[in-house]
Amino acid sequence: MKSTRDGFGEAIVELAKKNKNIVALTADLTPSVRLAEFEKKFPKRFFQCGVAEANMVGMATGLALEGKIPFASTFGVFMPNRCLDHIRQSICYNNANVKLVATHCGLITGPDGATHQALEDIAIMRALPNTIVIVPCDFKEAKQAVKAAAQIKGPVYIRLTRPKSEIISKGKFQLGKGIVLKPGQDISIIGCGPILHEALLAADILKKKYSIEVINLHTIKPIDKNLIIKTAKKTKRIITLEDHQINGGLGSAVAEVLSENYPTKITRLGVNNSFGESGKPEELLRKHGLDHQAIIREVKK
Amino acid sequence: MKLEQTAKIIRQDIIRMLAEAGSGHSAGSLGMADVMTALYFKILKHDPKKPLWDHRDRLILSNGHIVPVRYACMARTGYFPVKTLSTLRKFKSKLQGHPSFHDLPALEASTGSLGQGVNVAVGMALAAKLDKKHHFIFCITSDGEHDEGSTWEAVSAAHKYKLDNLIFILDRNKIQISGHTEKVWPLEPLKQKYQSFGWKVFEINGHNFNQIISTVNQAKKIKGKPKIIIAHVIPGKGVSFMEGKHQWHGKAPQGEEVTQALEELQ
Ligand SMILES: Cc1ncc(C[n+]2csc(CCOP(=O)(O)OP(=O)(O)O)c2C)c(N)n1
Ligand SMILES: [Mg+2]
Repeated sequence: MKSTRDGFGEAIVELAKKNKNIVALTADLTPSVRLAEFEKKFPKRFFQCGVAEANMVGMATGLALEGKIPFASTFGVFMPNRCLDHIRQSICYNNANVKLVATHCGLITGPDGATHQALEDIAIMRALPNTIVIVPCDFKEAKQAVKAAAQIKGPVYIRLTRPKSEIISKGKFQLGKGIVLKPGQDISIIGCGPILHEALLAADILKKKYSIEVINLHTIKPIDKNLIIKTAKKTKRIITLEDHQINGGLGSAVAEVLSENYPTKITRLGVNNSFGESGKPEELLRKHGLDHQAIIREVKK
Repeated sequence: MKLEQTAKIIRQDIIRMLAEAGSGHSAGSLGMADVMTALYFKILKHDPKKPLWDHRDRLILSNGHIVPVRYACMARTGYFPVKTLSTLRKFKSKLQGHPSFHDLPALEASTGSLGQGVNVAVGMALAAKLDKKHHFIFCITSDGEHDEGSTWEAVSAAHKYKLDNLIFILDRNKIQISGHTEKVWPLEPLKQKYQSFGWKVFEINGHNFNQIISTVNQAKKIKGKPKIIIAHVIPGKGVSFMEGKHQWHGKAPQGEEVTQALEELQ
């Protein structure tokens, strides 16, 4: 098994072999964000920025404005948060071609605790103009997403995770196009990231009683309105699932689409206005009502 | 008990807690064990039975990841039972992977994201001035943390307000995650930098108790400017296979390593 951050590490090396404009930056987290291989293979195109994230994001902007394709990477709690003003003015306002790759997002970061679990990043990044926000669900999809990001001109935010996780993605990654992982008739679960595995487990456990559609909405912005409206028209009941605050994240984005286009009953499962804490990923998902048991309870309501 | 002996126990606690947790920061915690022992057992005005006593000295751990050493010192001075140490980094524990103020208010502030405790310490020093209180604000800060612009913003602020009740102790272990600090992000000449920012600078061997204690006493007496004690320490101090190795920044010992480490710390 591999993690989504492993997907980044592999993809950027493959990209860099073909395109000399690809450069990478990190803030004293080379091994953690999986840039060790890139540093070894392309030492001149690797910039070690020290523990200075805001400056890193500014440096990435300068590189981008001069024609490079910089991938800046650190933990999601430090970027966007600590770099937000720099991201807004330098990257977004200039529409600079910077790729921000945040690792260690969500509760599943585990024992490091609240200070190291990014839970607001989707909300922050999707509020900014000119951004694209992608949340891959597994190693394979992360690899495809990183490659897709390199093709786009403009700011892209990719949200990645620490632990190894199951391969659950299906089909080819297309920016802005959600993927039906499992078709169903009664209820739709729309989610993003490795936590979708919990939705698939719940759907499988309940399969005799409920036909559940599970949708991988890997691109939060631009959002796949058609797919959301289509599944809502079919099942008339939506549950969203994310390892992120319910305020402003994927659940909010889906609710916005539905309330404007096809009002449907929706329940948002996510972290509800609280911080995380130390623990094993499964303990934290259980506590915050985000594991398959919690999904099953919600479906049965 | 002699401080040297106490520090050995603190180091053993660190090894046991990290081994039990299965993750955490070994090198930095062990490196600062002598400084933290000196603070908790000798220097700080504090009362473990009344952790929020108004006149206590404040201690902010700005490099929050080395909090295991602080937990060990807190347990051994009676803030909570020693057996609690085995819950480090576990679900529902007060001993979070990084300092959590709402779980343990005696930590003074939550830290973990680097380059933030320093700014909070400046604010606490300002508050003490406003209230004409006489306690000191000690802030442990790491060398890696001096990559952050926000750290230098705190350094400027303390100079502006002439915060002579503020004492930084720099965990100068010369490592950070990616290697030697001067290779990752050069910091030297640190002493001159601080001096040019208007601070009084002391440099000590952070494993020498006499030096630690006498330098803090000297620093306390200097009026009109903030003070920093650059404590030169060896990361992983006390455990031969960890000493000086940045690879032990964020790794916990396991199996045979635990046995060997504990033997060396006898
Ligand atoms: C703002 C921020 N960026 C990155 C990190 C990740 N991080 C944790 S410790 C560390 C190394 C910092 O160097 P130092 O504090 O000197 O580490 P040590 O001496 O304990 O190895 C980094 C980059 C962090 N905690 N906070
Ligand atoms: Mg250091």
